[in-house]
Amino acid sequence: MTATRTPEAAAGPVVPPPPGPAARRFGPALRWLGPVARRAGSGLAVLWAAATAAYGALRLAPGDTVDILIGEGADTPGIRAQIIREWGLDRPEIVQYLGYLGRLLHGDLGRSYQLQRGVGDILATQVGPTVRLTLAAAATGVLLALAVALGTAGRARRLRRAASAAELVSVSVPPFVIGILLLTVFSFTLGWFPVSGAGDPTALVLPALALGLPIAGVLGQVLREGLERALEQPFALTARSRGLTERALVARHALRHALLPAVTLVGWFTGVLLGGAVIIEALFGRPGLGQVTMLAVTGKDMPVVMAVVILSAVVYVAVSTLLDLAYRLIDPRLRSVR
Amino acid sequence: MTEPVSVRTAVRVASEPLVAVEELRVSFPSAGVEAVRGVSLSVAPGECVAVVGESGSGKSVTARSLLGLAGPGAAVRASRFTMAGRDARGFGPRDWRRIRGRFAGLVLQDALVSLDPLRTVGDEIAEVLAVHDVVPRPGRTARVVELLASVGIPDPEIRAGQYPHELSGGLRQRALIASAVAADPELIIADEPTTALDVTVQAQVLRLLADRRAAGTAVLLISHDLAVVASLADRVLVMKDGLVVEEGPTERVLSSPGHEYTRSLLAAVPSASSRGTRLSAPAVPLPERAAGHAPEVLAATDLSLSYGSRRAVDGVSFTLHRGETLGVVGESGSGKTTLARLALGLLDPGSGEVRLHGQLWSGVRERRRRPRRPAIQLISQNPLESFDPRHTVGRLVAEPLRGLPRRERRARALELLERVGLAPGLAARHPRELSGGQRQRVAIARALGPRPDVLVCDEPVSALDVSIQAQVLDLLAEIQAEDGTALLFVSHDLGVVHHISDRVLVMKDGRVVEEGDVDDVFFLPRHPYTRDLVAAVPHLPT
Repeated sequence: MTATRTPEAAAGPVVPPPPGPAARRFGPALRWLGPVARRAGSGLAVLWAAATAAYGALRLAPGDTVDILIGEGADTPGIRAQIIREWGLDRPEIVQYLGYLGRLLHGDLGRSYQLQRGVGDILATQVGPTVRLTLAAAATGVLLALAVALGTAGRARRLRRAASAAELVSVSVPPFVIGILLLTVFSFTLGWFPVSGAGDPTALVLPALALGLPIAGVLGQVLREGLERALEQPFALTARSRGLTERALVARHALRHALLPAVTLVGWFTGVLLGGAVIIEALFGRPGLGQVTMLAVTGKDMPVVMAVVILSAVVYVAVSTLLDLAYRLIDPRLRSVR
Repeated sequence: MTEPVSVRTAVRVASEPLVAVEELRVSFPSAGVEAVRGVSLSVAPGECVAVVGESGSGKSVTARSLLGLAGPGAAVRASRFTMAGRDARGFGPRDWRRIRGRFAGLVLQDALVSLDPLRTVGDEIAEVLAVHDVVPRPGRTARVVELLASVGIPDPEIRAGQYPHELSGGLRQRALIASAVAADPELIIADEPTTALDVTVQAQVLRLLADRRAAGTAVLLISHDLAVVASLADRVLVMKDGLVVEEGPTERVLSSPGHEYTRSLLAAVPSASSRGTRLSAPAVPLPERAAGHAPEVLAATDLSLSYGSRRAVDGVSFTLHRGETLGVVGESGSGKTTLARLALGLLDPGSGEVRLHGQLWSGVRERRRRPRRPAIQLISQNPLESFDPRHTVGRLVAEPLRGLPRRERRARALELLERVGLAPGLAARHPRELSGGQRQRVAIARALGPRPDVLVCDEPVSALDVSIQAQVLDLLAEIQAEDGTALLFVSHDLGVVHHISDRVLVMKDGRVVEEGDVDDVFFLPRHPYTRDLVAAVPHLPT
């Protein structure tokens, strides 16, 4: 095969004429407004679906709500009737559902069965440590991945093999095992970091590593492959032919191309972080949403479970909206698609 | 970074070659390939030297080696290698970087991928200015606009802020050239700079390179196309299998070639004068086609199809008779591929109709169309994309023969392979293991399976080397003579269409602007667009 192609194959998309004066003035704003509005609309739909699914799961869950609400307390028909009245359990199903949606819209997540406190309050006190942990883990993962990918892409084969092996191990070992290993080495043996708690900033180091390593593994691999692919493209050859250094080539050209597939992974690792936080918080004895969720699930504290489900959905929707915009920011070819 | 300027004057004074290499050998030890096996060439200031060859001849590797860009796995050796008056064999990365872009600029094929798709063309050009610090930062934007204007890009201020995909193929390629010449190099190395461009755009880009040359820049032109080289080069080197088989002044090499390979290359180029003869074995006439009045097999009346507000095909009519070849030429976006799909019944027209054997073919339900499909088959440009990569060649060819019992099917598949000149042993191979020419033969064998009356060929030879193209065109002509198959032959290549067609439709913006006997249309074009097209085709000296 020659490199010959017909004009057809190379013509690509229909080329728009240069934009008129009006489009030039308002173009950028309009270009971004449309997609944002569309994403927000579909995001709301997803949130509604998540809320409804959580509500349905609650109604279908085995066990009587009244039993759970009574818990270890005195169980008399009078108390039962009072609880049913208080929680509105005697009203028709549809009224209860709409009431629930209405309260959600006002930001009222309901009351915990177990703790007898507003779910919103409980989450508000617990969300901070979890946010700190997940952000620290994400930053660890991204920085490690970038460092490894930039250090090994296009380098000696032995170096790439070693990085690749390390990445494979970090992905295939579950985070709690990594956590235990880190604890054994750095806390119990070396005593560099505290074993548990959240007060001290150093207490964040090991949990963030345990949670961030698997992300670094996958992301590092994707980034390196992306970099290596970009460095083989004709535009990289053109850039080299201008006298660019390899480092400038990576920084100005290849890295952006490598980021595109990596950005796709952010959605995946949001899930890893949220799920992993539950385990890591338990392992390191950190307060946070993970612990609240564990307690709520074992204690059938459905309003709390539902709230966590909805919160996760909010995080997902927000992240995927941001990702969509990030794509457009990185790749101009997506901006001109209507 | 002022050194290149002094180097430059030194070269001018001595009037030494800008680059000279002797006994260049480039191998890729990890792949066990020696791509270049002892090539000597030199380019003097202001000279245009062309390297011509087919795929795998080593021409691109040679060009890249001259910039030290043969690749990380390449081993480059030469008995002499001077660049800008210095011995390039001892160049380190820093020496090479001073040469690249400043002393010699590189232009590759297809700026859609040769310019960074994520950066504006202005940024790409400014990069050269920044790397070699030829223009201080505050003046760069203005210089970029100047450069874009100098390569003939209208509205350079707007274009500088646009991305490669927002520019047409021609403008893109000009922008790429602007980036290569931004630091005003002594030498431009252009590797297939016009491949994949429409013929009129190709003519413009070639003119641009000619202008540069007239202004004193030397050009090393790499191409598979002898005709492209003919108009521009002072000297030409013909490469085959990593060696230069012939070199000399362009005029002499192209009009009285000394080497047999050059002769066969030139003979393989389809054109008006090659009609009726074989391209792969010149002077051997093709079998005579049955003369006399032939029945009509395919007819289209007033076909139109719009995509949104764009009319892809607009009021096109044609008839195709048994044993006849109807060529369809046009540039990208002219609607010729859409017309081929309408003819195949893969698209239904918005208005107008297609009749196959006199019966309505367009607008009928697929269930009714399916039993008649064997009568009309497709040969596409890229068989690899139209084949299931997991099927063997035998299975691919046998696929349309589903009506036959299993044993007969296999026998017929082997028979078809033999007919297109493929060894039966290939039946067990996968398409990826075949060469481009072999793949296209498999596609032809598969299309012949249902014994079609019409073959719709959509750019069937556009991805092939000229010698392979010659064989495939010969094969199609033979099949047509033997079976009386009618060909609807879509191509952007006027030479190919002139060689193979009886009549031709010239398409532009979805309309047929001119039609008629192929000699009449191409020798005496009446429509201005046809005239432009014919004039834009680069010619070999006769």
